[in-house]
Amino acid sequence: MKPRIAVVVFPGSNCEQDVVHALRSEGADADYAWHGDADLGGADGVVLPGGFAHGDYLRTGAIARFSPVMDAVRALADDGKPVLGICNGFQILAEAHLVSGALIKNEGLRFLCVWTDITVEDTDTIATRACEKGQRLRIPINHYEGNYRADGQPRVAFRYVDNPNGAWENIAGVSNDAGNVVGLMPHPERASHELLGSADGRFILTSLIESCCVPSRT
Amino acid sequence: MLKPGISDVQGQVVERSLPALGWENVSGVRVGKHLEFEVEGMSLDLLKAQVEQMCERFLANTVIESYRVDIREA
Repeated sequence: MKPRIAVVVFPGSNCEQDVVHALRSEGADADYAWHGDADLGGADGVVLPGGFAHGDYLRTGAIARFSPVMDAVRALADDGKPVLGICNGFQILAEAHLVSGALIKNEGLRFLCVWTDITVEDTDTIATRACEKGQRLRIPINHYEGNYRADGQPRVAFRYVDNPNGAWENIAGVSNDAGNVVGLMPHPERASHELLGSADGRFILTSLIESCCVPSRT
Repeated sequence: MLKPGISDVQGQVVERSLPALGWENVSGVRVGKHLEFEVEGMSLDLLKAQVEQMCERFLANTVIESYRVDIREA
């Protein structure tokens, strides 16, 4: 079965083509969905890609969380289906309270576009089921606001080995309590082929695809 | 405004710059946002309640920020 994955395009998204390409390369039936659409056409899972949705005005993700498509994203999440937010997508999920916490400016007040090593902390999420606990992944980050602040005790999916941005507890990615909504700052689609310098992002992308093929988690 | 306990790196950088300009007695600098707008209605109380809702839901992220509403009659 070829799972259908919707990759949401907001005005200002800029990683959607990379995500669609990487997911298709892994065998998924990935396609774009517009942020103004009220439904996701029966997709098995959804990705909110990186970029600067709605210009990141006010706060990162603050306006995007009210895009019409977000009701459909929330419905999918409530249904136990896989929802993955990458970078700006993570910021949107946090603003929408689909994952806990918030992302503030990097500690060094610099935009960071660097390779990072992260470890897999929890293999029972839609983004890590193909990984092993403690597995180290080499995946780049590309953000100004990736400094994670917790709101309570988040369920941690990924941690940085060397904290690049001041994130609390080295957190690079979290999930909701059910494990079917995951947000992370590193870009797995940019580490999806050896030619890009690493193919470790494939563990995350194939986890997502496999998760779309199994019954809902709720 | 970022809540107390949330490190404000912008504020820290501004604070560190002040002594170089001769002001050495400044501490606790926090950088926030200031939004101004007009809102129409009959009752100040109702308008204040509306603007507070706007802050809770959209204008502030209460996970990391606090807000203060100041309404003046035009």
